[in-house]
Amino acid sequence: MIETRGLRKSFRSRAGRETKTVDAVRGVDLTVAEGEIFGFLGPNGAGKTTTLRMLATLIEPDGGEATIAGADLRTDPAEVRRRIGYVAQGGSTWDESTAREELVLHARLYGIGKAEAHRRAARALDAFQLTEYADRKCKTYSGGQRRRVDIALGIIHEPKIVFLDEPTTGLDPQSRAHMWDEIRRLRADGMTVFITTHYLDEADALCDRIAIMDHGEVVAEGTPAELKREISGDVVLVGLDAAATPQAAEVLDTEPYVNKLETGDEGGLRLYVDEGATAIPQVLRRLDHAGLDLRSIELHRPSLDDVFLTKTGRSLRES
Amino acid sequence: MKLLRDTWLIFERQIQLLLRNPVWVFVGVFQPVMYLLLFAPLLKPALNAPTQAAAYKIFVPGLLVLLAIFGGLFQGFGLIAELRAGVIERSRVTPVSRLALLLGRSLRDVVSLIVQAVIITLLALLFDLRVFIGDLLLAYLMLALIALMTSAVSYGVALKVKSEDALAPLMNTVAQPVLLLSGILLPLTFAPGWLQGIADWNPFSWAVDGTRALFAGDLGNDKVWQGLSIIAVLAAAGVVWAARQFARSVR
Repeated sequence: MIETRGLRKSFRSRAGRETKTVDAVRGVDLTVAEGEIFGFLGPNGAGKTTTLRMLATLIEPDGGEATIAGADLRTDPAEVRRRIGYVAQGGSTWDESTAREELVLHARLYGIGKAEAHRRAARALDAFQLTEYADRKCKTYSGGQRRRVDIALGIIHEPKIVFLDEPTTGLDPQSRAHMWDEIRRLRADGMTVFITTHYLDEADALCDRIAIMDHGEVVAEGTPAELKREISGDVVLVGLDAAATPQAAEVLDTEPYVNKLETGDEGGLRLYVDEGATAIPQVLRRLDHAGLDLRSIELHRPSLDDVFLTKTGRSLRES
Repeated sequence: MKLLRDTWLIFERQIQLLLRNPVWVFVGVFQPVMYLLLFAPLLKPALNAPTQAAAYKIFVPGLLVLLAIFGGLFQGFGLIAELRAGVIERSRVTPVSRLALLLGRSLRDVVSLIVQAVIITLLALLFDLRVFIGDLLLAYLMLALIALMTSAVSYGVALKVKSEDALAPLMNTVAQPVLLLSGILLPLTFAPGWLQGIADWNPFSWAVDGTRALFAGDLGNDKVWQGLSIIAVLAAAGVVWAARQFARSVR
């Protein structure tokens, strides 16, 4: 449904007298299959939104190619526009308009006739539980309601693919859960959904496949389960005083069951092991034997954050 | 065909929003009305005009051109609010014509200007101003072209600078010399030679002269077609440039 090769974009920014070129996206290759929820996971500034805006024809790539729903992004952006929906991060509704007016106008901008536009607006309002507020001005809506109008706008012309840029950012937990249901419903209706997110749990729970992006590049791609399996095994977090950490690292690094060992910034160790449950007692014994005091010990099943950490050397929560 | 349909859709929405809050049309007309009531009475003695009506024939056309220039130049502020709300970006992902995104808005500005011009004209009639209807309609055409140009330019600049803080001083800096060099408040016949020389390079000065000729009933005056042509060409150029900003603007 989407296929990109070497998509890239750089921006020139001026700081004082110097112009700096920032490579926002440096060659993105992606394949998104029909009918899946595809997630773009990465920290702010990773290039997710820039990539999305290129795919949605809003900015022109500096290089690379993309085919979207069968249309070529570079040579036929007008056809791409007809086949996709796009919901921006910052919202898209006008304070003084009503949801119904926005939906009707938006449908008509896609060339849909007046009567059909009204029918589709009514259907969308119903599907997104907005009928009650349909004729009130958008400025009176709650954050969650307004977000639902945004999504309804993005799919009013029944596109094959809809791009949602951080659809749940800024929503309370309940509205967020609600939004996940809406997104799953889009997939059930046969749409391909492409979302960006910097929430690990969202990528994990909602997406069929994800690509992890960092510094303008895709560093990993696959289903959440595949990616986690790639890290293979569990993580044992050993809490130690900063002073005791180097010695503990030396002692544990030679242990056969420790696949990889990392030192935390403020002391403590991260041990990558095959099986956490059997490793923990051995770690305890070994540290006790070396006379080192333990502050805490925790077992972590691999999360997408661990995937991010192994691929980029940083935690997504910190970046 | 698609262009016409798209332009109508945008225009219809903009007019609908304007009618929902029509107070802006009257706020816009307030300042010129004050000029008409509180400044124009000084002109008969100042211009040495034989009658009050003769003074109005000189002043009212200038006032209307002023209204068209300023009314248009400050429309960009509304667009920046729309940019911020994401409305422009939402439009730009649809196949809608980029020219229509501009024209629909600029035509709304033209319509609201003409409404304001009619209000001013009607008030001036109370002060014994008399104009032939044909001449008046041509003068309105001139005003419409001016408003089309200035609002298009304002939208184009707004898309480039993307912030009210940059737009306001920019528009003021442009508008003030344009205003002073166009003989809007007083005819440039009083001006020294060097000032007239500079004013000849100001297209709005031609527009003001043309509109004054029309109000004087002097349809055959060369200033009329010259003013209309200059403004028409500039309006077309302004529209093309601004539509390109809609096509390429980011965010």
